[in-house]
This record gives sequence, C-alpha cells and structure tokens, in this order.
Amino acid sequence: MTKEQIKQTIIEQILEIAPDIEEDEIIPDENLQRSLEIDSFDFLRVLTELYEKLGVEVPEADYGKVDTLEHMTDYFAQRHK
Amino acid sequence: MSKFLMPSLGADMESAVLMEWMVKEGDHVTKGQVVAEVETSKGVIEIEVFEEGIVEKIMVDPETECDVGTPLAMIRSINEEPLKDEKKSVFKTVQPSPEAELEQEPVDEIEVPEENLQKRIKISPAARKKARELGVDLDALSSKAKGTIHISEVETAATLKGKAPVAEDGMRQAIAKAMSRSNTEIPHYYLSSSINMSPALEWLEQLNSKRSIKDRILPAALLIRAVVQAVEEIPELNGFWKDGSLHMSEAVNPGIAIALRKGGLITPALLNAQEMSLDKTMQALSDLISRTRAGKLRGSELTQQSITITNLGDLGVERVYGVIYPPQVALVGLGHIIETPWAENDALSVQKVMQATLAGDHRATDGRTGALFLDKLNQFLQRPEELL
Repeated sequence: MTKEQIKQTIIEQILEIAPDIEEDEIIPDENLQRSLEIDSFDFLRVLTELYEKLGVEVPEADYGKVDTLEHMTDYFAQRHK
Repeated sequence: MSKFLMPSLGADMESAVLMEWMVKEGDHVTKGQVVAEVETSKGVIEIEVFEEGIVEKIMVDPETECDVGTPLAMIRSINEEPLKDEKKSVFKTVQPSPEAELEQEPVDEIEVPEENLQKRIKISPAARKKARELGVDLDALSSKAKGTIHISEVETAATLKGKAPVAEDGMRQAIAKAMSRSNTEIPHYYLSSSINMSPALEWLEQLNSKRSIKDRILPAALLIRAVVQAVEEIPELNGFWKDGSLHMSEAVNPGIAIALRKGGLITPALLNAQEMSLDKTMQALSDLISRTRAGKLRGSELTQQSITITNLGDLGVERVYGVIYPPQVALVGLGHIIETPWAENDALSVQKVMQATLAGDHRATDGRTGALFLDKLNQFLQRPEELL
C-alpha cells in the first residue's frame, strides 16, 4: 500500500466515525482530536479500525506520534508491511 | 389482554412517531423484547414490552404520531384465548411505505434506483433527520450533491426552497424545559475535590500495554466504574426525589452525558452498572456511545437513570458544575486531567490531577453526604486494582 493509499484509508475511517466532517476540514498538520472534536472514545475506534485494515497497532505510549493526519500517515507507512 | 401504550421517554415528551414495528400480529414476545422503533426529539428509540405474551393486534400503523399513553398494540397473555371475531377482519400486513424504510434505514446508505445506474444516497443520519423536518427532497438533493450529504447542504436546500429552517429544535426544547425545571425546583449544592489520577492512569497504562487494541480500557470507563462503586457505598445519591421524599434506587443506572456531534446532548443510562466488571463497563460504554450516536437507544435507557455522570475532560474543562436532571438527586462532574504541582508527605512533585465535582439536591442530601462520596471516589481511584 502506498503512503497516499494509507492516508486515504485514515481519512475514510475518520469520515466514518464523524460523518458531519468534510474531507477538506481535515488539515494535515492540525491535532485531529481537537480540531475535529473527536473524543477519546472515537479516537480509539479510529485506531481499532485502522488496526483491522492495516495490521498496525498503536500502543498508548505512541499516541503523541499519531496526533495529526500527517504524523499518523507517517506512523502507519513506516510500520505497514 | 393488555394494552401496550406509547411510553413516556422522559418527563418532557408529549408524543412520538411510531416508525416501525419489529413484531407482527401473532408473534410471541418476551419481557424486555424490543417491539417497535419510535422517533422522538432524542432520536430513534427502541421500545420494549414488559410482559410476555402474544401480539394480538397492532393498532397503529408505521409513521403515525401518537401521544404518550396511546394504545399501540394489544398483548394477550399466553393462556388467554385469542379474540376470534375481530381477528380476521383487522388482520392486515403492515407494509411500511418505501419512504418509511428510507427514513429508518440504520445504515448511512440507501439504495435508490435512479435512471439507468444504481445510485446510493450518502447522507449523515443527522442530515437525514433534518431533511425530513424541513421537507427537503433527498433524491433531488443527491443528484446535485457530490459525496456525502451533510446538514449544511440540507439547510441550504431548504432555504432555497423558501422554507426557512425550523427554529424550534426538539432536543434543544426538551433540554431547556428539563434544565429550567431543575434550576427552579432543585436547591443545588456543589462540592469539589482534587483527585491525584497518576496512580490510576499508570496502572491503566500497564494494563493496556499487555492488551490488544480491541480490549483497551479508556480512563472514562475506569472513572465510571469508580463512581459506581462509590455510589454503592453512598446510596443516598443514587435515586429520585418524588412526592417530597428521597427514593433510593437499588440498581445503579448512571446516565452518561454523551454529546452528539454538532449539537445536543443525551444522557442514556448504563443499566445495572453495579453488576459490571471494569471490562464489562468498557464494553457497555462503547456499545452505549455507538448506539447513542447512531440513534439506537432503548426506552429503558432513557427513563431509568438514577444519577448522572458528565465528563467534559476531553474539551479541557477543569471543573464541571452540573445541573441535576430531575427527578435525580445528584450529578457527578469529572474535569480534564492536568499535570499540576502536588504536595504530599512533605514533598512536592508533578502529578496528573482531576477535579471531581458533585452537584447534590439539598432536599435529598446534605453536603456531608456529598463529601463522603467524593472521599470514597478518591479512595477507589487510589486503589484502581480493586476496580477490576
């Protein structure tokens, strides 16, 4: 899977959880939870779905590395096989 | 034979629209079974029967607005004889209209045959509800829209049609009524306490690091579990103020304040939370939040809350001074956990600290009861392993 495909997969999951968000509202370098009002419960759901799709588990200690769309894409791209 | 009535799903509900029957005439129903879906200002709610029997007669067609107390169906108990004479004549298959199906579809995509290709209307549930309120034709809108239809597009379409959006939003009105009543009737007292959350969060991190992502426990679940345990020790805060006296509830059914994306708030109950382990609490909470957002709650979850828990921590609020939801007698507010200097045992350190507040009904309890509760809550959170 290319980095672009990974990014699209992440966007799809976010839109699934928050259907009222428009794709262009997701600013790549903004904190996802704060800017899109995603609570901890929904954030965990996004990560769980991404684990099912991409096979990469994000431990809690790494939450700081997946705080924006950009960081999250990098994180999954590096670990995805 | 007994009548199954439109239940009151909250003190301020006057009527609701029966959307769909999940049973048909002749079906055997058991206690607690979901038999129909109704739409209220709180979304689509599944309503249950509270007796066992046979559905003798369905008296209301789908998509009918009914006042609270309207007979919806007749339920015959197992050993009763069926109504012979009426039976054949009233029996008809209740076929929801295509429009009804469109509106109830729980998923977000509806198949609509259009022209020569199968096109799906992608629309958010809230937008669909809005479209119905405003009378916006979704087929027409979807042919113009690109991607998922959102509330803003529905509103724009309504304005273009010359129909201004309805100012009165049902949920806002319901909240307004309940909160006005609360502030008028309930003499609130407020208490607040700083709780060092570092031990509990470290413990939880340890626990989660050994688990798969699917089994992770969120701090919110741990906090709810701690509140439930503390409430069991201080039962005066768990119950109702009715007819001038306090009625304590045996079951701990905390109403969990869940914000709906883009407006509104529902506090459905986590029923019988006193029977749940920490894992069970997390699962039940996930399920409750998902169903709340999808508009799939049960009637009992909207009527049996015995205390409210509100957690505005995600938004960075440090203290929540809540308004009690009558006839309940207490509300627990949990604030944002922040790192703060903490003096303990003659030493100063930085700890993760949460402000827990209690809003109590002074008719039912005194500040001392509330103080005991906050102390218990603190004790449980210092020994998180006991919350498993």
